[in-house]
Amino acid sequence: MADAQVTLTVDGMDVTVPRGTMLIDAARQAGVVVPHYCYHPGLPSPAVCRMCLVQVEKMPKLVPACVTAAADGQVVHVHSPEAKQARKGVLEFLLINHPLDCPICDQAGECELQDFVFQEGQAGTRYGDYPKRFNPVEDFGPDILYVPNRCILCTRCVRFMEDVAEAPVLNVSERGDRAYIGIDPDHRLDHPWSGNVVDLCPVGSLVSKDFLHKARAWDLDKTASVCPGCTQGCNVTIEARDEVVVRLRPRTNPEVNRWFMCDAGRADYRWMNRGDRCEAPLAIGDGRPVAHDWDDALTTFASLVGESDGPAVVLFGRRASSETIGWMLRLLDGRRTTAAIQVPEGPEAALAAVPNLALRRERSPNLHGARLLGADADWDAAIAALGGAALALVVDADLSDAEAAAMSGAARVVHLATVADPRLTTAALVLPVTTMAEEQGVYVNRDGRAQRYLPARTPPGMARPGWWVAASAWQRLGADRTVPATASEALGALPAFAGLDHDALGWHGRVLATAAAGRTR
Amino acid sequence: MGYPHPIHPKETPLLSQHFGELDGSRRGGYRALGQAVGMTPEAIVDEVKASGLRGRGGAGFPTGMKWGFMPKDDGKPHYLCCNADESEPGTFKDREIMRWTPHALIEGCAIACLGIRAETCYIFVRGEYTEPGRILERAIAEAYAAGALGDNVFGSGKRIEMVVHWGAGAYICGEETALMNAIEGKRGNPRIKPPFPAVSGLFGMPTTINNVETLAAVPPIITRGGAWYAGLTLGSPKSTGTKLISVCGHVQRPGTYEITLGLPMRELIFECCGGMREGRTLKAVIPGGSSVPIMNAAEVEECVTDYEGIAAKGSLLGSGGMIVMDDSTDMVLQICRLARFYAHESCAQCTNCREGTAWTTRILERILRGEGKRADLDLLLDLAENMTGKTICVLSDSCAAPVVSGIAKFRDEFEAYLSGARAPLAVGA
Amino acid sequence: MSHDTEPAGPVFTPARKAELEALAAKYPTRQALLLPALWMAQREHGWVRPEAIDEIAAELDLTPAYVRGVVTFYTMYHTHPVGRHFIQVCTTSPCGMCGAGDVVAALLEHTGCGELGATSPDGRFTVIETECLGACGFVTPMLIDDDFLESVTPDTVPELLARYP
Repeated sequence: MADAQVTLTVDGMDVTVPRGTMLIDAARQAGVVVPHYCYHPGLPSPAVCRMCLVQVEKMPKLVPACVTAAADGQVVHVHSPEAKQARKGVLEFLLINHPLDCPICDQAGECELQDFVFQEGQAGTRYGDYPKRFNPVEDFGPDILYVPNRCILCTRCVRFMEDVAEAPVLNVSERGDRAYIGIDPDHRLDHPWSGNVVDLCPVGSLVSKDFLHKARAWDLDKTASVCPGCTQGCNVTIEARDEVVVRLRPRTNPEVNRWFMCDAGRADYRWMNRGDRCEAPLAIGDGRPVAHDWDDALTTFASLVGESDGPAVVLFGRRASSETIGWMLRLLDGRRTTAAIQVPEGPEAALAAVPNLALRRERSPNLHGARLLGADADWDAAIAALGGAALALVVDADLSDAEAAAMSGAARVVHLATVADPRLTTAALVLPVTTMAEEQGVYVNRDGRAQRYLPARTPPGMARPGWWVAASAWQRLGADRTVPATASEALGALPAFAGLDHDALGWHGRVLATAAAGRTR
Repeated sequence: MGYPHPIHPKETPLLSQHFGELDGSRRGGYRALGQAVGMTPEAIVDEVKASGLRGRGGAGFPTGMKWGFMPKDDGKPHYLCCNADESEPGTFKDREIMRWTPHALIEGCAIACLGIRAETCYIFVRGEYTEPGRILERAIAEAYAAGALGDNVFGSGKRIEMVVHWGAGAYICGEETALMNAIEGKRGNPRIKPPFPAVSGLFGMPTTINNVETLAAVPPIITRGGAWYAGLTLGSPKSTGTKLISVCGHVQRPGTYEITLGLPMRELIFECCGGMREGRTLKAVIPGGSSVPIMNAAEVEECVTDYEGIAAKGSLLGSGGMIVMDDSTDMVLQICRLARFYAHESCAQCTNCREGTAWTTRILERILRGEGKRADLDLLLDLAENMTGKTICVLSDSCAAPVVSGIAKFRDEFEAYLSGARAPLAVGA
Repeated sequence: MSHDTEPAGPVFTPARKAELEALAAKYPTRQALLLPALWMAQREHGWVRPEAIDEIAAELDLTPAYVRGVVTFYTMYHTHPVGRHFIQVCTTSPCGMCGAGDVVAALLEHTGCGELGATSPDGRFTVIETECLGACGFVTPMLIDDDFLESVTPDTVPELLARYP
C-alpha cells in the first residue's frame, strides 16, 4: 500500500507532506516560497506563467512546482542557478510590455511583479526602444477597471469567474502577444463575488474603482477583523489610512471563507468613517442635552436601571458584539427582559464552487451569538413590548420611524449610540459607544464559530465599548463587583462562553461546543 | 510518388502509389479492415509494434507502443483522434493522402479504433484544407455505405463512428492536447502533461492520437505483416518503413516523395527532386518542418534520411517537411519570417512563448532593417535559451531552434546586416 | 450570403438547428459543437456576428464571453465583416522565398484593396496574408472563399479574380 505521506528535500530542508501535494505547497511548508503568478491555492493551476519552475534532481528539465506532485525522496532546488535563471528570464519577458507606472499604480507596494523583480529580476531592460503594447483601460463592472497594459495574463481572474464563481464572463481573447482579458460587451463583471478578482490579480491590472488612488499600500494600517455584513462571518482585514478605513479585504480562513469575500461585504465600510458621531455622554435635563463625564453618566445610567421597576426591552443593533450583548443582559439580570437583535434581510448569494460560503439572507454577524446569550426575542415582539416597559435600552440599532415613535411607550429610555438619533425624544441618556471597527469583540457565525475582531481605528471622543458601559453601570448597582479590564475578560465572564479567552480563538476562530449543538439552519 | 511528378526510381511508393489518380477517392477495398475485425486488439497492436512504425507527425514515437498504453477493460469510452491539422511550414504530405487515397486513411483509422478499443474516431482537419477535408467527408460517407463504418462493421458486430471535425485557423492545434481542446469546443491551448492522453485525453477519456500518415500506413502493415514493414529500411533498424517527404523551396521538382527510410538526403534532393534551380547551389535545408534546426549544405551531403541519421546531424526528421534553400536565400529574412510565424501562432498561455516569440521577431526585423545592434545576436541566443524547454508545449522551442541553428551556421549573414555590408530591408513595424 | 453589418436573420433556422442536432449525436458534450456552430454562423452571415455569438452561446449553454474567447483564438473566424470574396494568401517561409510576395502585390493591385486586411471599395474582395496553408510545394497557394488554389503567379491573378464576381 502506498504511504499516505511523502518526504522530500526542498532547498536542503526536509519536509513531509501528504501524497499528492504539489511541490509549491510542499516548499511553502518547508518555509520556501516558490515565486509564482498563475498559481493560487484557491484556483486550479494552469501552469502558464512559468515562474514556479524549479529544479528536481534526476528530472531532465525544470518543472512547474504548481502542477508537479511531491514524491518520496525528491530533492528540489528552488534557488539553484538554473531555476533562478529561468525565473529571471520569465520576469524579463513579463516586463517587456509592462508599463513602469508603479508611481500611479494602486498595486504598488503589494505587487507580486514588483516583489519578485526586486527579489530575483535584473536591473535595466534589454527590450530597447520598442513601444510597449498599449490597450486602453476598460470598465469591466460596477467596481472594477481593467488596465490591460499591466496585465501579465496569469488568468487568475478568468479562472475565478469560470471555476469558482461558475459565471464565466471573462475570457482570454486573441492569442500570442496580442492576447488580453476580454469581457462580453453586454455582460458586466457584476457578479456578487466579482470583487475577488481584484485581490487575485497579482499586479495592478484589475483595480477597484472604489479604492482607486485612495492610498498607497504601504500607508495602510491593517487590522484582522470579521465582516459584519451577514451570518457567514467572513474573515477580513480592515485597511485604514490615517484612521480612515479605505477598504475591506478577505483574510484567509479555510473553514469559513477560504480566500474570498462578497462585494456587499467589501463595500460595507463607509459607516466606519462617519464624522457625526456621539462623542460625549449626554443627559437630557430640562429638555436639552447636557454633556457629562463618564462617571456622572454611568451613575445616572445605573440609577435609571436600578429605579426602573418592571419589564425591560433591549434593542441591539445588528453589529452588536457578544460582549456587549452579554453584559447588557447581565446588567438587567433578574427582571423580565425582552431582548432582540436587529437582523435586516437581503437576497442570499452563494459562491458557487465553495461549499458553505454565501452572502447570507440574515445580515447580522452575530445573530447566533445573540441567541446563545439570550437576546433571542423576535424583533417585532420586542418593539411591541416597548409599550408599558419600565426601561428600554437601544444599543446602536437602526430604527425605522415607526420603531422610533414606539420608544415613547417605555417609561425610561437610554440610547447607547454611535450616532445621535433626534427622533428618540424620550431618551434620558445618550451614551457614546464604539463601532465594531473601534473595539475588540467576538461574533459567533452561523456555524457556531466564535471569531474575534480587533480595533482598527481610535474611537471618537469619549466613546467606549458597549460592554464596558454596561459593566460599569452593573458595578455601581452592587457590592464587590469589578469591571472586566479587557474585552477578553468580558467574554470569559459570560456563562455562555465560560472561561473562553480571546487569544484561544486564534486567527481563525473556534466552533463552540454549545453553539454547534444549536446551529442555526 | 513525387506528386505531382512521376514516380522516381529511388522512391518506394506504398502510400503514395495512387497520388494524382482521379478515381482515387472511390478506391477502398478495405481488405485490411476485413482482416482486422477478425483479430483481437492485442494482435493488432502487436502487428503494429512488430512493424516498428513510428509517429509520422513529428515526434517519431513508436505507434504500437502508444496504442499499447491504452487501458483495457476500464469500462470507459476510448477515442481515436486523427491529426489532420497539417500546418507545419514545409509540410504538405497528409494533404495528398486525404486528397488521393482517403480510404486508406479511413481504413487505418478504423483498424486503430479496433486496436485501442475505441468506437469513435475524430479526424481533426485544419480549416484551410477545404478540398482535402471535403474529399475525406465524402469518402467517409462512402465507407459508411459500404459497411466499413457504422454500428456493425462488415457484420462483425463492432461499431466504429468517424467524424470530421473542422479546425478554424490555429497551427497550435496540431499539438495533440490542443487538438483535443479544439474538438471539445475550447481555445486550442496545449494541456499540461501528465495526464497523458492514454489516461485522460479527449473528453477526459483514454485517447490515442496519431498523424494521418501514421494511420494510413497501418492497412498494409495488417495485410502484409509487421515484419515485412520492419524490413523496409535502408539505414537504422529503428527507422522502418516508408516516409512521405514533402520537399519545397528551391528545388526543380517540389512535391511529396515517398522514400524508404535511410535514403541519403542528397539522393532525395538531387535525384528525386532534380536538384537546385538552374545555376544555383544548395545552401541549407530545414529537414523536418520549420521547427527543427537548420542544416547547412555540408551536413546535408552526408546525411541519411531517417530518424537517427538526421539526429546525428543535429536536426530532426520531424514531420518530413523539407524546406530546401539555395544560395540566393537570405537566411536572416527566412529565419525572421519563421519567427513571425511562431509569434502569430503562439496560443498566449506561457509567458516565455507569448512574449519570447514576439520579441525575437522584433529583434530579427530590427536587424533586417539595418538597425540591429552588436549585442542583438547574443540577446537572441539568450532569449532562445529562455524559450527552450520552459513551456507547456514546444512551440517556443520551435521558434528558438532555427534562430539558434541559423546564428550558429550563418552568422556571417547576420553580421552583414549588423555592419551595413548588406542593404537593409523594409520589414516590420 | 450577406457580408454587411445590417441586421441579419438567426443562424439557427429550423434547417440549421436540425443540422446542429444531428451533429450533437456524434459528440458526448454540447460544448464540442462550438467550432462547427461557429462555422455555421460564418456560412450564414459571412462573418461571426455578435448576435450569432449570443445565439450560439444560448444554444450550447455557454456564456457569450466564453464563446468570444474561442472565436478570437481561431483566425479563420471573422469577427468583422469582410469582402464578398475573402482571399488568404500564404506567405510563410517556403512560399515567401519562392515569390508569394509578388502574388500578394498583384492581388492588392487587381482587387483594388490597396492594403492587406482592407476591403476593396466595391465590397468585392478582402485580401490577407495567412500563415502556412500546407501546400508549400505549390507556390503560391491561396484560398478564395472555400476554393483552394495552387501555383498562383502574378500573371494568373487577373484571370482568377475574374471568376469571383
